[in-house]
This record gives sequence, C-alpha cells and structure tokens, in this order.
Amino acid sequence: MADERRLDGNAIGGMMLELFGVEMTTVTEICGSCGTADVFAQTEVYMDAPGTVVRCAHCKAVLMRVVRGRDRTWVDLSGLRTIELPG
Amino acid sequence: MRTLTLDAEGWPGHRPGQHLDVRLTAEDGYQAERSYSIASPPGEPLAITVERLEDGEVSPYLVDEARDGDGFEVRGPIGGYFVWEDDGRPVFLVGGGSGVVPLMAMIRSTSGTTPIRLLYSSRTFEDIIYRQELQDRAGNRLEVFHTLTRGHPPGWTGYTRRIDNEMLTEVAWPAAEQPHVFICGSTRFVDAAADGLVGLGYPPLSIRTERFGATGG
Repeated sequence: MADERRLDGNAIGGMMLELFGVEMTTVTEICGSCGTADVFAQTEVYMDAPGTVVRCAHCKAVLMRVVRGRDRTWVDLSGLRTIELPG
Repeated sequence: MRTLTLDAEGWPGHRPGQHLDVRLTAEDGYQAERSYSIASPPGEPLAITVERLEDGEVSPYLVDEARDGDGFEVRGPIGGYFVWEDDGRPVFLVGGGSGVVPLMAMIRSTSGTTPIRLLYSSRTFEDIIYRQELQDRAGNRLEVFHTLTRGHPPGWTGYTRRIDNEMLTEVAWPAAEQPHVFICGSTRFVDAAADGLVGLGYPPLSIRTERFGATGG
C-alpha cells in the first residue's frame, strides 16, 4: 500500500501555519528542480518518515523537509526555488 | 465513528471544507497531533466527525474516551484551498468513507439554491456516515448518489462498485456547466476520481482534492 502513504499539502496546513504564520495551502511554490509552479495543497506529502517530506507533484523532487524535535524544528527548503507569500 | 462538539474559546469561525488539528499531550510530554475535517457549517457550534482507526494515536481517544468537559489543544481553522465559496455554480462533491465530512460542512452551509450532487462511496450500508441526514436533505437542489464497495443489503438501489468512469459519466455535471469539484478520501480514491473527471473533460484546476491516510489517525 505504498501509494496510501502519499498525502497532499492540505495535511501540512497546520504545521505550515505554525512555521510561516500564514495560511500556506494556497501559497504558490516553484520547484527548484523542474520549475513547475503549484499551490502547496497540491504537493505530495509523506508524514510517516522521521520527519515530513514534501515533494513536487510533477517531477517528485523533494521540495521541503521538516523535522520537529522537542524544543526545535529543523526546516530544509533547499528544493524550493521560490514561494510567493500573501500580503 | 463519533461526532464531537467543541467549545473552542476564541474560535474565529471557519469556512466549509477547512480542518483543524487536535493535539494530545501525554503525562510524559509525548505529543500526538492529527487533522480532522470540520463537519459543522459556519455559524453553528464547532463539530468534528472522527473515524476510529485501530492503530491510531488520537482517534481512539476522541471516539472512545473523550467525555463532556474534557479539554485538549485545537489549532485552526486550517486550509484555504479545499474550501467552497458558494457562487451559485453547480457543485460536484465526491467523498470516500470519512472523506464525506468536509463535504457535509459544505452541504450544511448551502443556501439551498445552488445545485449540488454528492457521489459518496462507503464500504457497507452501515458505514454510511450521516445516512439519515443526507436522506432528509436530498431533494431538488441536493442529489445524493451512494455506492457500496463491500456488500449491500437486499433491495439496495444504489451503485455497488468502486467509483469508475462510467459512474462519473452518469453522475457528474457536464463539464460545460463549469462545476466546482471537491474530492476527499483516501489517496487512491481521490486519484481515481480526479483522473476520471479529467478524462471527462474537467479542467484539472477546477478539481480540488484532499487526501488522508488510511492509517495512523
């Protein structure tokens, strides 16, 4: 059931709200690998890894990784070219 | 399955389709957090409908143990993508299992003039969530189509198979009517329904999807 592990960016709306302070599922990201623009809600999300892994729905490249510890959160954004925040 | 009404102080209100996160903290500080779709329409007491997952960390508590007056952390409302704004255009809702919950918030919030069709897949007749309410609400403006994938009672007149292209062709609004589409369910369910609708000529961007995991809730 490998496919059932794959969620979408709606699932990380709460975590992203906490990290960025704004509603992020409607925010547009551009993939650093293939250049495709998409809203976070449509990204592919895996939450059963040691951290949370967000992948581009088009080329499957890793966009973002988030690992939460007891008193800190580690965020790797190296797979993203840009994100376009509101305001 | 259980619907819980939450008294969330300072809740700013929500839009149909949004969810919230529930965080439970154990005595040793261990935290577990899960997302639940909001079942209530805006303006009514905040409610979530929770399906109990056997290996879950949060849903067994919410379904079996939580009592009136218990407290836990809630974060929300969350999400701006899987959200319906009623602009009068027809709406096609496709739900699998507890994926019907955010769709129910939409149905409950309708003004009654917007045409809505719900295609709802459940395992068995007993698994149909909101069965009576859907029956009561169905009428001119709300058409409900059920399909059962693991057996059906005698005299059942609905569909009896997984959602497929033939079913979508029979139930979905013609793409030319530019309906809003919301699909919620397991990943496999959502992918199949969305692919089918794209095959029927629905623009991919008109289809809003929300996937949830089959385990771990």
